[in-house]
Amino acid sequence: MSAESNSVDLTSSSSQYSVENPAPFIEAARARTKRTPRGGRTNFEMQAWVFMRLSGILLVVLVLGHLLIQLVLDGGVSKIGFAFVAGRWASPFWQVWDLLMLWLAMLHGANGLRTVINDYAERDNTRFWLKMVLYAATVFTVLLGTLVIFTFDPNIQ
Amino acid sequence: MSTPTLEKSSGAPEAAQSSDDHLITLTMRVRRFNPEVSDEVTWVDYELRMDPKERVLDALHKIKWEIDGTLTFRRSCAHGICGSDAMRINGRNRLACKTLLKDINPEKPITVEPIKGLTVLKDLVVDMEPFFQAYRDVMPFLITKGNEPTRERKQSAEDRERFDDTTKCILCAACTTSCPVFWNDGQYFGPAAIVNAHRFIFDSRDEAGEQRLEILNDREGVWRCRTTFNCTDACPRGIEVTKAIQEVKRALLTRRF
Repeated sequence: MSAESNSVDLTSSSSQYSVENPAPFIEAARARTKRTPRGGRTNFEMQAWVFMRLSGILLVVLVLGHLLIQLVLDGGVSKIGFAFVAGRWASPFWQVWDLLMLWLAMLHGANGLRTVINDYAERDNTRFWLKMVLYAATVFTVLLGTLVIFTFDPNIQ
Repeated sequence: MSTPTLEKSSGAPEAAQSSDDHLITLTMRVRRFNPEVSDEVTWVDYELRMDPKERVLDALHKIKWEIDGTLTFRRSCAHGICGSDAMRINGRNRLACKTLLKDINPEKPITVEPIKGLTVLKDLVVDMEPFFQAYRDVMPFLITKGNEPTRERKQSAEDRERFDDTTKCILCAACTTSCPVFWNDGQYFGPAAIVNAHRFIFDSRDEAGEQRLEILNDREGVWRCRTTFNCTDACPRGIEVTKAIQEVKRALLTRRF
């Protein structure tokens, strides 16, 4: 009976289903049900949203300033070398600038990717592991960058 | 005592011919699906002679009444009020009863499909339950404390104006099913539910604004909106949906509404 139902015939009504034997109900993908876990009473999504706006504004200044200094002013990109970086990081101002830029850009980007994963990963498992990879990469990059900025030794051999 | 006019109309097949002149031949390309006969979706073309000033709904009626009675779609009032016949026409969510054939280039085949993101039950009919579940979740009714007043609850014209735009919603689901976030994750409340929450959050007579804001502060609430403006483009009532969502976000941040 079920093998026959594969033939397409839109004109004749199917005898397969009836009131006693209704067609199977098709559940929508990730539909809201009573069992859907309700997000707790946290403001995390709101804080993430606000963080994106504020860090975005700060990053415009930090990144454009960074690009201007590194690539345009004072001979442009050709001046960049070990000595140039060592000279800049001797000043706490540029250390703070670069540290702020590192943290904000990494968290801003990671949060953006988190929302992209939330939007586009369809299976719970896929979503979980993609986010774990993202968080691991973010933590690694942020920690490594912070370590370098604070322990930079201009007299390295 | 026959007048020339009478003579003409009684005698001539040309008269019928000329009354047919304003009609054009067009192709309706309809996405057909019937789970009782096949799991497969098929696109079926229907050639019609229609007046270009008629609506897509009239074309669907012509197909159903004169060509293929198995074509299934929803419509109730057929005049843009009940919100039953939202469908994807030429790739855009519209009401079939408010879309004139001449406005969507009838020279090319007109594609008609069910709205996206909800389970298709048959042809153009989708399961609206997830949509209405989200609607119910925002408590779309007046909530007040204390005793009921003996007279009507009064409101100034300015207070009424505050949420006037969002009272126009007819729950056709055109906005929610045009939202790419909803397409990928049906747990998102969706624009329509937020619009209807907005209607009560900004109503000076209602006293459950905080509660509704708390519901929309959820992981699947307003913060999932990516401001793509698909909902505003899709709304057949011209509601500024994205603006309403942004106003709810702002109310959540400032707690002023």
